Amino acid sequence: MKQVPPSVVLVTGVSRFLPAQLASRLAAEPSIERVLGVDTVPPPRDLLRQLGRTELVRADIRNPHIAKVISSAGVDTVVHASLSANPVGSGGRSAMKEMNVIGTMQLLAACQRAESVQRLVLKSTAAVYGASSRDPALFTEAMTPKELPSGGYAKDAAEIEGYVRGFGRRRPDVSVTMLRFTNLIGPQIETVLTRYFALPVVPTVLGYDARVQLLHEQDAVQVLERATREELPGVFNVGGAGVLMLSQAIRRAGRLPFPVPDMAVGAVDRAFRSARLADFSPEQVRFLNFGRVVDTTKLREEFGFTPRWGTVEAFDDYVTGRHLRPVIPPERVREAEQRLLTLAQTASEMREVPCQKRV
Amino acid sequence: MPEARVIPLHTDDLAERPKAVDDVGPLNGADPGADTANQDAGTAAAKDEPPAEWEAALADLLAFARRRILGDYQVDDFGFDADLTENMFIPLLRPLYKNWFRVETVGMHNVPDVGGALVVANHSGTVPLDALMTAVALYDDHPAKRHLRMLGADLLFRTPVLGSLARKSGNTLARNEDAERLLSSGELVGVWPEGFKGVGKPFADRYKLQRFGRGGFVSAALRTKTPIVPAAIVGAEEIYPKIGDLKPLARLLGLPYFPVTPTFPLLGPLGAVPLPSKWYIEFGEPIPTDEIEGDADDPLLVFNLTDQVRETIQQTLYRLLGQRRNAFLG
Repeated sequence: MKQVPPSVVLVTGVSRFLPAQLASRLAAEPSIERVLGVDTVPPPRDLLRQLGRTELVRADIRNPHIAKVISSAGVDTVVHASLSANPVGSGGRSAMKEMNVIGTMQLLAACQRAESVQRLVLKSTAAVYGASSRDPALFTEAMTPKELPSGGYAKDAAEIEGYVRGFGRRRPDVSVTMLRFTNLIGPQIETVLTRYFALPVVPTVLGYDARVQLLHEQDAVQVLERATREELPGVFNVGGAGVLMLSQAIRRAGRLPFPVPDMAVGAVDRAFRSARLADFSPEQVRFLNFGRVVDTTKLREEFGFTPRWGTVEAFDDYVTGRHLRPVIPPERVREAEQRLLTLAQTASEMREVPCQKRV
Repeated sequence: MPEARVIPLHTDDLAERPKAVDDVGPLNGADPGADTANQDAGTAAAKDEPPAEWEAALADLLAFARRRILGDYQVDDFGFDADLTENMFIPLLRPLYKNWFRVETVGMHNVPDVGGALVVANHSGTVPLDALMTAVALYDDHPAKRHLRMLGADLLFRTPVLGSLARKSGNTLARNEDAERLLSSGELVGVWPEGFKGVGKPFADRYKLQRFGRGGFVSAALRTKTPIVPAAIVGAEEIYPKIGDLKPLARLLGLPYFPVTPTFPLLGPLGAVPLPSKWYIEFGEPIPTDEIEGDADDPLLVFNLTDQVRETIQQTLYRLLGQRRNAFLG
């Protein structure tokens, strides 16, 4: 295998946080000749400023036009990072599916034709493992879910991974890296979870408590960058060390949990979705019930990357970075603890005096 | 969540009541005030004898409540919450362990102080209280205060409330991947290979070991080269003598069986109180697996070792039963 550094990189989904961060880092690297950023919508102004010399291509990856872009620019590295988990943001579930799955098919078709393409990096998700009560405590890359995800984002990701594997078979000369990210969190990124924990009263499913593994946004960008610049083929789980229980995360953020019985989840979902607050799709609910933790040994040993933030540190950075005002301030709790303790002490002292008088 | 809230309220109550009495007492002066004051003085005197200890206990309790409210505790990859287990689950089970079943442990030195080991025990009692009592035994009576990480059935994790409590108290799904991961990270793992066949067997079959699953636990120990500690539990069979099984009801509820005992469901909730049998838990000599020739994929080796463990437990059970004169007095 040849270790060629990339010279022309194409990044999809560049209007969103993570691909944009990656593009801006690559653009800052003089050894990389060109950085092409593709998306259907122009990036928001704050991201645009960071993008530097990235050439923005306003194109739809669902359109064969993308093939022309790749061949004419002589792209050698494609980073497919546009996978969207957010049906609200991408105009409904069917639009999201089309963007995710059909978009990937078009992109891969274009890559297959282009002789110049040497490396493909896919930003996938640990959601492909599903979430159920029969799961192993930690998923390794070799494990497959008990049952294939029945819908939503996880199903899209599983299908996309299948197409990428097929592409790898047809173009064995291309190095393919698939990164299965756990839920991303951080002060800047917008995800389903960051919106969820920002709610003052956080709905949970009654009787369940999930194990949640998180990945800090900066670690995610670094992993993507490393996969783009070096040839590291394979499938890798990417997540921070350690876990948080969902209930614990809610307490750490100073939110109030609102346990909803399993049967009422549908109604709560409709209410929140119409208010554009949060997403409680069936797969999201399963995740909130059972959670999911992945084994990151392969990431550390083979890929050579250890996330700087553990799950707890990443979550705390999100809470402080977003200036989430706790509903119950921690100082108040500590004060109450001290006050109760001194109260008990004085009470027991006061009791001793009348006690002796009576005896 | 609710447990974390209840505790401070309770201590609040304890702390404020005497104060209120002292305020009210001199004002009223009359009988009612004096009466309650006297009562309180009595309880206070009893509690106040070792004041430092009492205050330390309260401080611990408040610190625990604070940690729970702020989410300031650690949970491992399996969802095991050591803080909650040590300060809540085990203290709740301790009266049952000490005063109700009066559990006596034998051979605690056979459980290693550090490193992975697999405790294999017989299962009985209709409701798997034997697993909980073994966990309390290993934390309270073992010098190294070891946490037992138990391998539980699929049904346990599918059930709301129970499933999440099980994870927090150190259980994980009985799968080879999980068992091996725990053993190789140096945890003490507990397994009841008879499963529902053992825990739900009729009272007439008491102390007769059932089939030991497919020997998955043995291959996990072989792969991780950790010793197997056979454990025999006597007394758990008598807590809910299962004399019948309402199969249609069990099917309806999705349970492996619906037990009928002399008191349940006849006496309703009262029938759910376990009979106060006297328990013995004996940990036998560890069977080392690091020097066994052959590999974990050899079915014959796995079967032989499974049989050896099973025989050891059965023999220990017979010996303990022979020494026991009465199921309730020991």
